Amino acid sequence: MSTAFDGDLTRGTAAALAAAIKAGDVTATEVAQAHLDRIAKVDEKVHAFLHIDAEGALAQAAAVDAKRARGEELGPLAGVPLALKDVFTMRGVPTTCGSKILEGWRPPYDATVTRKLREADLVILGKTNMDEFAMGSSTENSAYGPTRNPWDLTRIPGGSGGGSSASLAAFEAPLAIGTDTGGSIRQPASVTGTVGVKPTYGGVSRYGLVAFSSSLDQGGPCARTVLDAALLHAAIAGHDPLDSTSIDQPVPDVVAAAQRADVLGMRIGVVKQFDGEGYQAGVLSRFHEAVDLLRELGATVVEVDCPSFDSALSAYYLIAPSECSSNLARFDAMRYGLRVGDDGVNGVEEVMALTREAGFGPEVKRRIMLGTYALSSGYYDAYYGSAQQVRTLIIRDFDRAFADVDVLVSPTTPTTAFKIGERVDDPMAMYLADLCTIPTNLAGNAGMSIPVGLAPEDGLPVGLQIIAPAMADDRLYRVGAALETALNTKWGHPLIEEVPSL
Amino acid sequence: MTTSTMSLPTYDEALASYDPVMGLEVHVELGTATKMFCGCPTGFGAEPNTQTCPTCLGLPGSLPVVNAVAIESAIRIGLALNCDIAEWCRFARKNYFYPDMPKNFQTSQYDEPIAFNGYLDVEAAGRTWRIEIERAHMEEDTGKSTHVGGATGRIHGADYSLVDYNRAGIPLIEIVTKPITGAGEHAPEVAKAYVAELRELIRALGVSEARMELGQMRCDANLSLRPLGTEKFGTRSETKNVNSLRSVERAVTFEIRRHAAVLNAGDKVVQETRHFHENDGTTSPGRVKEEAEDYRYFPEPDLVPVAPSREWVQELRGTLPELPGARRKRLQADWGVSDHDMQSILNAGAVDLIVETVSLGAAADQARKWWMGELARRANEDDVDLGALPITPAQVAEVVALTAAGKLNDKLARQVIEGVLAGEGSPEEVVAKRGLAVVSDDGALLAAIDEAIAAFPDAAEKVRGGNQGPAGQLIGAVMKATRGQADAARVRELLLERLSG
Repeated sequence: MSTAFDGDLTRGTAAALAAAIKAGDVTATEVAQAHLDRIAKVDEKVHAFLHIDAEGALAQAAAVDAKRARGEELGPLAGVPLALKDVFTMRGVPTTCGSKILEGWRPPYDATVTRKLREADLVILGKTNMDEFAMGSSTENSAYGPTRNPWDLTRIPGGSGGGSSASLAAFEAPLAIGTDTGGSIRQPASVTGTVGVKPTYGGVSRYGLVAFSSSLDQGGPCARTVLDAALLHAAIAGHDPLDSTSIDQPVPDVVAAAQRADVLGMRIGVVKQFDGEGYQAGVLSRFHEAVDLLRELGATVVEVDCPSFDSALSAYYLIAPSECSSNLARFDAMRYGLRVGDDGVNGVEEVMALTREAGFGPEVKRRIMLGTYALSSGYYDAYYGSAQQVRTLIIRDFDRAFADVDVLVSPTTPTTAFKIGERVDDPMAMYLADLCTIPTNLAGNAGMSIPVGLAPEDGLPVGLQIIAPAMADDRLYRVGAALETALNTKWGHPLIEEVPSL
Repeated sequence: MTTSTMSLPTYDEALASYDPVMGLEVHVELGTATKMFCGCPTGFGAEPNTQTCPTCLGLPGSLPVVNAVAIESAIRIGLALNCDIAEWCRFARKNYFYPDMPKNFQTSQYDEPIAFNGYLDVEAAGRTWRIEIERAHMEEDTGKSTHVGGATGRIHGADYSLVDYNRAGIPLIEIVTKPITGAGEHAPEVAKAYVAELRELIRALGVSEARMELGQMRCDANLSLRPLGTEKFGTRSETKNVNSLRSVERAVTFEIRRHAAVLNAGDKVVQETRHFHENDGTTSPGRVKEEAEDYRYFPEPDLVPVAPSREWVQELRGTLPELPGARRKRLQADWGVSDHDMQSILNAGAVDLIVETVSLGAAADQARKWWMGELARRANEDDVDLGALPITPAQVAEVVALTAAGKLNDKLARQVIEGVLAGEGSPEEVVAKRGLAVVSDDGALLAAIDEAIAAFPDAAEKVRGGNQGPAGQLIGAVMKATRGQADAARVRELLLERLSG
């Protein structure tokens, strides 16, 4: 084994691991085994994974090694292990979406993202925990128990993609895939000191992504560095004829942008609405320090007013539940998944109702009911209709802003990781975690969260959100990488190295 | 629980007090090679659940992609129905739970149909009726349920149900009329004529075979009554899945009588869906719903809007074939038949048979004579469709050709047709087997003529004197002697020649 990683392959970045495998310093099998060993050692504490596919991972790693042995060209992430959020289908591998209703379901097909990961020779270690059907901000809504934040095991790792973010912070995987409907990639990244990107809506195929809210869902990369995120972004993005909402345009060159890593001459807007009351002091202080740093790096920073953002959360909680009430109707015990009450006496409707009653958790039921109500005849215009109008206003605010600035920045989420159990009985408090991330989903543009330090009062990671116009995802990486480089220089090491050992 | 027809007013009694208003919703399965939103094949009769994929099974994570051929077919149907074609329209989800619907919502269109505001002219009861079209929209078919056990064959009370998703996702076009008023006593006939005309149109466009017996075309008939002389529509019933032209007529007729009975009794008509029973021509209520169905329609977020360019629509307009109405007018002129005769031809289902017979060389009047005469009579006797008789247009054309060539006379031709219908082979084979060829040997005919002249000298003398009247007697004698196998025209010719020389 190579000594390039001080004897611990799990500390390596994806870029470094791929280079080492390519150079023959280490085999993909060794890398996969190191991560499987790490999972075996720490996942009992973290619970990032719902399913570990050791056999599949080692087979894929062996295939990469064989490819190299044959002298074939390896891709930029060949042999790098990855944790896949359990909301993407993977042929023959359990896919539960964190729900009892899909317990035991093994999809007969691969999601496009899964297929692209395989084609890029990534090694999929397993499926990560998540809030049930991606509804939540803490991963406490998983039917299979919560995931814990490696920075403090009594705290949440964010949600819905808490399994993916925790797997990175726990060094169980150097890369992960998440999905972001209202912040489910960025907020977990923020509270675990990792990098998460929600690409432009339509940038990454949704085929095989089990839908929560079709017009908002977007798969994206999670990593410990901006460059790693860019490499993964490039691997999964691109037009897919199986997804009608997929954009048929070239993917912005995110890897080049991450390598460029400068903000010279850029105009950066600070969103006026996402500051002040309701924000943790340490979050604001780290955020403003980072903004000052961007200015020092040569960017022009201006304040930008986006008044409609104040209505974004309300609009989101009408649109997302409405779409989910329809998307989740298919879970009815007829074709796959859980079936309850099929005793030969109950009729089909009773079996459907009993199964849904038993199979869905409280948050999913709450949103199905909200959405069913919002779409009902007589209420449609007042709820779903006006939410769509708000969406239009938000898009206009963004258009106005991007006419003046290249990117917008804000805190990713108003607080650092909160305690497990702290907000479970207060849905509104839970929903506020996505306050700053939701406008990007409603507008369909691109967003990134990168770590900008620890809050002095609790020593927990703070994230900064960068937002770019649709199909200008490369700008996220330029700004993110510039800030990351400057911060690493300031700290003398990447923030993630400060995560306590488990 | 069917309403007994015994307790209902007669049709005439019902129409004496009430004015029927109809609304017809026709679903047509498009004959595309693949489904509406996935690449699965659409062939009929495959093993259950073999023509499925994640998308048409509604598996978690699957997504729809619109079939461009289906859009094209929908636009062509819209154009043929004189509709406006939307410049921009969307699909919508119609949400309801049913096991044969894999996603528990149907991807359909709601307030933005691809085609709207059209009409179709149909002929019924000796006049033309303009049926206004509200809309034609695209949607996907559901799977097919088979309910096993229980008394009704429906889901309630069944022991278990089987679902075949081969049909799930097959493209459908739903064509909805505006309320059809003013048809009065002719309402059932107009309804039937509309569905028949629509079927013709769909077939002419080549977008579907529209075979009702295979469910490729299905009609839901809405009906309400209002007291004669009033404007306000009554409460309607919707009779679902009426699956033959005759059933459309019968279902409307029955519902008129049933509504009249309800109204006569001072009761209120219940707004409900009803099932039609082929066996006795009655309808019975579908499941009684406690609340109005709320489908919670909203725009389908998994699909982008459909925005057919005006250039494309214009191009598609250019691909429209001659439509059935225009074709009928042209054929009527070509054949030189009266309105009444044309209507008879239509009613007999003989148009295409005659066209084909003519295309094989038969004179139009001859083709029409056979199909509308002898063959129509036989079809009627046997109670089958004209087209179902065991004789082809080619065989009829052959009989006409043999007659024109003088090889058969009318009487013999009739016997040949009879032989073909009896399965004795082609016309030529029947002629050979039955020995039906016309006697065209002049020598044999002259011998028979001489015998006739000898037998009827008085008649022969009169003809010789220039009076051709008694020639018939002589010709009849010759025909009798040749057992009808002589060509009467040739006999006359030879006879006159003989008596003038």
